[in-house]
Amino acid sequence: MHQLTLAEIARGLADKQFSAEELSRSLLARIAQLDPQLNSFITVTEDLALEQAKAADARRAAGENSPLLGAPIAHKDLFCTNGVLTSCGSKILTGFKAPYDATVVEKLKAAGTVTLGKLNMDEFAMGSANESSHYGPVKNPWDTSRVPGGSSGGSAAAVAARLLPAATGTDTGGSIRQPAALTNLTGIKPTYGRVSRWGMIAYASSLDQGGPLARTAEDCALLLGAMAGFDSKDSTSVDQPVDDYLASLAQPLAGLRIGLPKEYFGAGLDARIGEKVMAVVEELKKLGATVKDISLPNMQHAIPAYYVIAPAEASSNLSRFDGVRFGYRCENPKDLQDLYKRSRGEGFGAEVKRRIMVGTYALSAGYYDAYYIKAQQIRRLIKNDFVAAFKDVDVILGPTTPNLAWKLGEKNADPVSAYLEDIYTITANLAGIPGLSMPAGFVDGLPVGLQLLGNYFQEGRLLNVAHQYQQVSDWHKATPAGF
Amino acid sequence: MQWETVIGLEIHAQLSTQSKIFSASATTFGAEPNTQASLVDLGMPGTLPVLNAEAVRMACQFGLAIDAEIAERNVFARKNYFYPDLPKGYQTSQMDQPIVGKGFLDITLEDGTVKRIGITRAHLEEDAGKSLHEDFHGMSGIDLNRAGTPLLEIVSEPDIRSAKEAVAYVKAIHALVRYLGICDGNMAEGSLRCDCNVSVRPVGQAEFGTRAEIKNVNSFRFIEKAINHEVQRQIELIEDGGKVVQETRLYDPNKDQTRSMRSKEEANDYRYFPCPDLLPVVIERSFLDELRTGLPELPPQKRERFESQFGLSTYDASVLSASRELADYFEVVEKTCGDAKLSANWVMGELSSLLNKEGLEIEQSPVSAEQLGSLILRIKDNTISGKIAKMVFEALAAGEGASADEIIEKKGLKQVTDSGAIEAMLDEVLAANAEQVEQYRASDEAKRGKMFGFFVGQAMKASKGKANPGQVNELLKKKLEG
Repeated sequence: MHQLTLAEIARGLADKQFSAEELSRSLLARIAQLDPQLNSFITVTEDLALEQAKAADARRAAGENSPLLGAPIAHKDLFCTNGVLTSCGSKILTGFKAPYDATVVEKLKAAGTVTLGKLNMDEFAMGSANESSHYGPVKNPWDTSRVPGGSSGGSAAAVAARLLPAATGTDTGGSIRQPAALTNLTGIKPTYGRVSRWGMIAYASSLDQGGPLARTAEDCALLLGAMAGFDSKDSTSVDQPVDDYLASLAQPLAGLRIGLPKEYFGAGLDARIGEKVMAVVEELKKLGATVKDISLPNMQHAIPAYYVIAPAEASSNLSRFDGVRFGYRCENPKDLQDLYKRSRGEGFGAEVKRRIMVGTYALSAGYYDAYYIKAQQIRRLIKNDFVAAFKDVDVILGPTTPNLAWKLGEKNADPVSAYLEDIYTITANLAGIPGLSMPAGFVDGLPVGLQLLGNYFQEGRLLNVAHQYQQVSDWHKATPAGF
Repeated sequence: MQWETVIGLEIHAQLSTQSKIFSASATTFGAEPNTQASLVDLGMPGTLPVLNAEAVRMACQFGLAIDAEIAERNVFARKNYFYPDLPKGYQTSQMDQPIVGKGFLDITLEDGTVKRIGITRAHLEEDAGKSLHEDFHGMSGIDLNRAGTPLLEIVSEPDIRSAKEAVAYVKAIHALVRYLGICDGNMAEGSLRCDCNVSVRPVGQAEFGTRAEIKNVNSFRFIEKAINHEVQRQIELIEDGGKVVQETRLYDPNKDQTRSMRSKEEANDYRYFPCPDLLPVVIERSFLDELRTGLPELPPQKRERFESQFGLSTYDASVLSASRELADYFEVVEKTCGDAKLSANWVMGELSSLLNKEGLEIEQSPVSAEQLGSLILRIKDNTISGKIAKMVFEALAAGEGASADEIIEKKGLKQVTDSGAIEAMLDEVLAANAEQVEQYRASDEAKRGKMFGFFVGQAMKASKGKANPGQVNELLKKKLEG
């Protein structure tokens, strides 16, 4: 049963081949058995899951037949879930049971999904390896000595290991797409403003966006359709109708114009990944696509710009974790300053502290213009590059990551080398455009991810291209040994 | 050396919206702690702000009322600092793109001259909560009811030159926001708070001296006292060879002094940057045009109308237009009696001192505007004298009758104008003071003038104030000369 995709589960539940309760029990047993090898869950919400599964079965018995009714999922542990620990992978949120549901959680609940638990992540979504979690690193099911990517590493590992068919994640600089690439999944970061951020604990507000990770583009379409939409509680959410992503999957690719940016295939890219990506391009050509070489000249500035803007916003967003109202508070503070310093000093991990310090510095009097303002100017240039490129092409295609999944601990001594892993994904966040990663083959038994970038609100087109490719390929069906 | 004082004020006006600036919580004053704090106000992880359109509307109304530039686009920024009653660790405010730009306000000084005070800007921001230090056994409590209450921070140019001018300016702002109905102006409850930037410089010097900021001075009286004290402190400091340091000071009304809170070096670097959770606010021209049409008559226009329509002095007109309620009261009195000058004198005189004494607002006046107007009518038609009118006014205030006429009737205060009766009374007075009459008749003009007052006094006393003073004068003169 654990091999079933969301779409297959929907059919199975509709045909009464199994009940939502049976399915959830089976997956909960699998999580209990296998997750100790991966550490992908922070909290397993068994009681809640069974209660929701029974309710879904009752709704179906009463005649309801929506596609996600009874579908088991889990949330990255930065989506607030009423009454359940919401940790952000941080010690500073020790004991924090959110008093409300995030909009994404609420919408998926309303659609009838069953929540199996909360998934591990890099602390406050800061990382590309899922090694910065207070709850310990997550392992990649394709090779448990390697990282699954991050920051949605728990979501990726759990779905790749068939502990559940799909999960929510968030993407600030590649945190859905990069772990999807490293674990052979399909994951999509929607247009900024497409999915509500209400209840999604912020890392960098102007870049954060929630989205699904699943094993197929079809499942992503199913889940994203339920997550997306305008929310009056989020001022940055966009009041525009949600496309029918499932309906757009079937569109033939004849006439699709693909842009290949030369900056995505230059120095720094593992040549074997480049070959796999180009092999997919050949397949897409056979499906009717045309290919054009393009350039995104400002891409080289993306990483420095990102590592000013994201930490600047984070340094402010994370100020509320002060030991005063919720979460971790140090023992016996001797005064207010001591309470702040020790609660935050003891509560935050090294990577979070590093980014708070970088961000605080970038916003300081005398440095603001040189860093923050300059980074915003670069951001505008990057956005302009995409706007220009999408005049001639429908999608931009390239590798999701420059390298394969690396060994746990390998990049800990050199944070900048880990930051460089985001080089292909970060631009989509800076520009606010949607991006998708899908399986493109294997090198040395490790998954290779291919990224598709689209114009604003072109999620349907990206899912369509991925789905059409998945109709003629099998990469996405491969299962890691032992799972 | 002669010193000149330079003052700039920052006034925080709480906008009287139904709900908070970024959440749906109510803004009522005095509720049980933390009962008006939503997830947003508590700074719960994952929560986001949504701007209250009513606060934007009120800020625009203020901007229009001070003839300010209102930018098409304004931006909220985060002001970052740690404090227990600041739940998010930053205050959402506005920095380099405020909603209201340069404007001005005319104030009337005590000598009746009008002075224009420049307003640099006014911006929207959220209020913080309150830390409570009593009743928690050495610990502090936090009440976040106030957190997120909309504030309009109004920043003046350093155009103010004395504590009295500062008070006049704050009063003018106070009147304006109340006229507009955007702030209740209740200083005791903190609805209107004032920070004063004070410096001194030798008369004739062009550049400003180093300034100190006095925080949160919360009454007109304290503003005047705090500034005067601070000016004195700075002058003494400089004359003793010292230097004023840029710092924030706190006024202690009990000791009538200011003390240092923190110096410039200790000041926070607030690391302002545009709030990524809020979009820039776009103000449409048509929206402003609509607001402009709906503006009420404001204090400066009302003052000018009082001068031209009623012939009042600038000073009287500005006192009477200082609050909408007072102005309305005055206009009803004037309409009832048809005499603007007398109406102004009574409202600013007897009525004001009565209200002051009782600690009442004009809306709570025990004497209604119609009652006062009718009373003035009785002075004008010689039913009673001005002196008797004061007695009637007191009786009205004490609730001894429903109208001036009723009290005049009941107490028999009607003025005696029958010359026969007055003559008879005068004859008695002169007979009782025969000696003084002799002296009077033996005296020269100058001395007579002085003595005449004595007889008038005796006559009024004998008539219990009811005799018509004009007639008393006239007849008395005749009798004494005759």
